[in-house]
Amino acid sequence: MSVVLESVTKTFEDPQRPAGKVTAVDGVTLEVNDGELVTLLGPSGCGKTTALRIIAGFESATSGRVLIDGQDVSAMSPHVRNTAMVFQSYAIFPHLTVAQNVAFGLEMRGRARSEIEFRVQSILELVGLAGLEHRSPEQLSGGQQQRVALARAIITEPRVLLFDEPLSNLDAKLREQMRGEVRKLQRRLAITSVYVTHDQSEAMALSDRIVVMDAGRVQQVGAPLEIYARPASRFVADFLGRVNFLEGDVTDIQPDRVSILVRGRSLEVPASRSDLRVGEAASLVVRPETIRLTQASTGVSGAFVGTIRRAVYLGSTAEYDIDWDGGTLLAVVSSPLEHGLLLEGTRIAFDFPAATAHVLPHPPGRRD
Amino acid sequence: MGTQAVVRWWAQAVYDLRRLRDEPLLGAAIAAIFALLLLFILYPLARVLTVSLFPDGTLTLRLYREFLGSWFIRQAFVNSVLMGVLTAVGGTLVGFLFAFTLTRTDIPGKSLLTLAAILPIISPPFVSALAIILLFGNNGLITRQLLGFQEFAIYGMRGLLLAQIFTFFPVAYLTLRGVLESLGGTLEDAAMNLGATRWKAFRRVTLPLCLPGIASALLILFIESLADFGNPLILGGSGFPVLSVQVYLQVTGMYDLPGGAALAVVLLIPSVTTFLVQRYWISRKRYVTVTGKPTRAVIRAVSQRMRWVLFIACAAVALFVLLFYATILVGAFSRAWGADHRFTLRNFGYVFGVGAQAIQDTLIIAVTSSPLAGLLGMAIAFLVIRRRFPGRQAMEFISILNFAVPGTVIGIGYILAFNQRPLLLTGTAIILVANFLFRYIPVGIQSGMAGLRQIDPAIEEAATNLGASTPVTFRRITLPLLVPAFFSGLVFSFVRAMTAISAAIFLVSADWNLMTVQILSQTEAGRLGAAAAFSVLLILIVLLAIGIIRLILGQLFEYRYQAAFG
Ligand SMILES: Nc1ncnc2c1ncn2[C@@H]1O[C@H](COP(=O)(O)OP(=O)(O)O)[C@@H](O)[C@H]1O
Ligand SMILES: [Mg+2]
Repeated sequence: MSVVLESVTKTFEDPQRPAGKVTAVDGVTLEVNDGELVTLLGPSGCGKTTALRIIAGFESATSGRVLIDGQDVSAMSPHVRNTAMVFQSYAIFPHLTVAQNVAFGLEMRGRARSEIEFRVQSILELVGLAGLEHRSPEQLSGGQQQRVALARAIITEPRVLLFDEPLSNLDAKLREQMRGEVRKLQRRLAITSVYVTHDQSEAMALSDRIVVMDAGRVQQVGAPLEIYARPASRFVADFLGRVNFLEGDVTDIQPDRVSILVRGRSLEVPASRSDLRVGEAASLVVRPETIRLTQASTGVSGAFVGTIRRAVYLGSTAEYDIDWDGGTLLAVVSSPLEHGLLLEGTRIAFDFPAATAHVLPHPPGRRD
Repeated sequence: MGTQAVVRWWAQAVYDLRRLRDEPLLGAAIAAIFALLLLFILYPLARVLTVSLFPDGTLTLRLYREFLGSWFIRQAFVNSVLMGVLTAVGGTLVGFLFAFTLTRTDIPGKSLLTLAAILPIISPPFVSALAIILLFGNNGLITRQLLGFQEFAIYGMRGLLLAQIFTFFPVAYLTLRGVLESLGGTLEDAAMNLGATRWKAFRRVTLPLCLPGIASALLILFIESLADFGNPLILGGSGFPVLSVQVYLQVTGMYDLPGGAALAVVLLIPSVTTFLVQRYWISRKRYVTVTGKPTRAVIRAVSQRMRWVLFIACAAVALFVLLFYATILVGAFSRAWGADHRFTLRNFGYVFGVGAQAIQDTLIIAVTSSPLAGLLGMAIAFLVIRRRFPGRQAMEFISILNFAVPGTVIGIGYILAFNQRPLLLTGTAIILVANFLFRYIPVGIQSGMAGLRQIDPAIEEAATNLGASTPVTFRRITLPLLVPAFFSGLVFSFVRAMTAISAAIFLVSADWNLMTVQILSQTEAGRLGAAAAFSVLLILIVLLAIGIIRLILGQLFEYRYQAAFG
C-alpha cells in the first residue's frame, strides 16, 4: 500500500496568535511507497503530528488530498481508514488488560473469538509480552506499555502504520533498543509506515527515507545518508547532526566540480551544480567528524592552521573548538584513547577531504 | 462575521456532514438529540413567549403593560431581585466560610461540618422553610414555646432569607471548595515565605484568586434564589410576593395561562441574563486560575485565634442546619406540633396510607428519568467535547440552558407545549419524566465535560483508529472512564427528580402525583406532622438511592476496573 499526500495544507484557527490562525502543514506533497518506512523529521511545532493525524483522519486537511493505495480517503471517517497509530502517550486503554487492549482492533473487525485469542497470543510473543496478558496497563513499565501500543497497532494488519514520536517517553538506552525492534518488526511485516520524530539519530537509524520539515513545509526528502551528506539548505544541514559552515566565493564551475576560495585557499569540491554562479558567495558544509587534525609543528602542506580553544573529552570521541582566522570551528575526533587528547592552547593544522564537503549557495536557503 | 468567515464555516460544515456518512449511527444520534432538545427545551420556552405575546391571537404587549402598571407585580419583581441579591451575598459568605475553614484549617469535627453543608443539597428545597415554621412559626417551638411570643413575624422577608441562605449556601460551598482545593496551599506558602502575614497572604493571594469563583457562586445563587418556589410559597405570604410564586398563582389561582406566561418571561429575563454573564464571562476567567491538580491544603494559613473564630462560626451554622433536620425528624414523630409532642407513628401511617401512591409515582419517575439524564448528559458531553459536527456549540448551549430557566417557567412551558394533539402529554408520566430529564442534564453534562478534559483524547482516538465507530468508542471506552462523572450526573438528577417541585407542581395530575407536591400541600394545609414525615421518608429514599447507584455502577464498571487492575 502506498500513501500519497498531494499539496496538503492545514490551517488552524488560533485566536492566541496575531494572525488568528496558524498554518501547521503547508503544501506538503509526499509519496510513501509500499512497505517503506518514511520519517517526518523536524523541530517541535513544525507540523509533523498534524500531517500524521491528517493521514489517520483525525484532522481534515484545509486543502489537498490524501490517497491510500490510490484511493482518496480525505472524506473517510478515521475508523474505516484502516490505519493504525502508535501514539506518543501510548494511549493504552486504562480499564482493559494487556490482552484486551491488543484484541480491541480485531474485535472491532468482528473476528471470531478463537482467532482473536490465537493472534493476540502470537503477537504478544512477537513483541516479547508473553505471560503479561492479564496485567493491567498500570502494572507495566514504560517499555512494556510501548510494546502493548505497538502490538495493538500491528495486530490489525493496517494498510499504514503511523508512529507519533513513539519512543520519546523512554530513557536513552531503551530508546535505542526499541528503535531497533521497531525497524525489525516493520521490515518483517512490510507495513508501509510513516514515522514522526524530532530526533535525527532515530530518523537516521530507522528510515528508508527522511522528510525534513520546517514551519509546515517539506525542506528535503531523501535517504538518510544523502540528506546528511548533501543537505539542501542550511536548516537541514544544521538540523541533521553538527556542522561547520565555511564561507567563501565560487571561483570556477565545471560540469563535475566546483572551486571555492575559502580564506585564501582554493578548494575543489566534486559536485555538478547549476544553482551556483562564479563570483557569488557560497558556504561549504563541513561535518566536524571529517576534519583531520595534526600538530602544527609536523606541518601538513596545504592545511589550515588554528589554535585549540576548548577540548572536551567524551569517551568515544573528543570535541575541539578551534580558533581559526577569527572564527570557531568544531572538530570531532574519534577514539581519543588511541590518538591522545590535545590540550587547550595547542596550535594545530587541520584539513578535510574536499569530497565530503558540500556546497550551499549563499545567502543560503534563498531560492525564488 | 466577514464573508470569508461564513464561507469557511460553511465549508467546514459541509465537510463535517460528509464525514458523518461513514457514521450513520453518530449522525442519527446527533439528529435525535437535537430533535429532543428542540422539542423539550426550546419549544416550551417558545410557547411561553408566543402565548404571552399573542394572548388572543394577535400580537400585543397588553399583558406586559398591565403587569408593568400593577404595583403588586412591580413589588414582586423588586422583591425577587432583592431576595436574589441578599441570598447570593449571604449564601456565598457562608459557603466561603465553610469552604475556607474546611480546606485551610485542621479544626475538629470536619465530617460533621461537611455533612451539614451537604445535607441541604439532597433535601427538598423547602425543608428549611418547613423547619423554620416548626421552630419560629405561629406555633413555633422557639418563638412560642420557649420565648412565649404570641405573634412573631417569621413570614415574609426575614424568614424567607433565612430559609434560602440555608437552602443554597451548600451550592456556593461546593463551588468554592473546588476553587480553594485546586489553588492548593503552595501559593499561600510562597506568599508567607516572602514575608507576608497570614492576613496579607489571604487578602493579596487567596482572595483575589478566588474572586472569579466567588463571582460565579454569587451569580449561581442569584439564579437559584430567583427560581426558588417552595420556600417563598410557604414563607413569603402575601406580604412579600415574589415572581416565581406569582407565576404559579396566576395560573392555578386565576386560571390565567397567558398572564402566567407573561410573568414567566419577566422572571426569565434576569435569570437568563445572569446565566449568560456567569457562563461566558466569569467561568472563562475561572478556568484560567483553576488549573493544575488539587494539592494538599495548607493547615497553617490561619492563626490559632482565627482558627477558633472560624470553627465557632461554622459550628453555629452547622448546628442550625442539624437543628432543622432534627426538628423535622421530631416533628415527624410528634402527635401535634406545638401542642402535643408525644411520640407517634400516626404521621407515617398517613404517609404510607394516603401518600403511598405519591411515593410510588415519585420513585417510578425518578428511576426512569435519572439514568436517562445521566446517559444523555454523558453522550452530549462526549459529542460536544470530542466530535465535530455542525451546530455543536448550539447543542451545548441549548442543553445547559435549562439550568437558567426557573422551574415555574418550564412548568408553564410544558403545559402550553404539550396540552394538545399530537403532543398531548399533560397528565401522563412522560411529561414529568421529560421535565426532570431535560431540566437536570446540565450537571451531568458539566461534570462529563470536566471528566473528558482529564482523559487523554488519544485514548479515544486510539479506539477510533482501531476501527471503533463513535457509538462503540463511547460505550466501550469513554463511558467506563467517565464513571465518576456519570455517577454525579446520575445522583444529581435522581436527587432533583425526588426533591424538585417548581416545574413539577404544574405537571402533576390525579394519576401521577409527587411526594414534594404532597409535602407542600400538607404544609399549606397545616398538617405539619405529615409534611415532616414525608420529608424524612424522602431524605431516606435519596440516601438509600445514592448507595444503590454507587453499588450498581460499581457492578457495571468498577468490576471491570478491578479485573483490569488486578
Ligand atoms: N488543534 C490545534 N489548534 C491550533 N493550533 C494547532 C493545533 N494543533 C497543532 N497546532 C499548531 O500547529 C503547529 C504544528 O503542530 P504539530 O503538528 O503538533 O507539530 P509537531 O508535531 O511537529 O511538534 C504548531 O504551531 C501547533 O501549535
Ligand atoms: Mg508532535
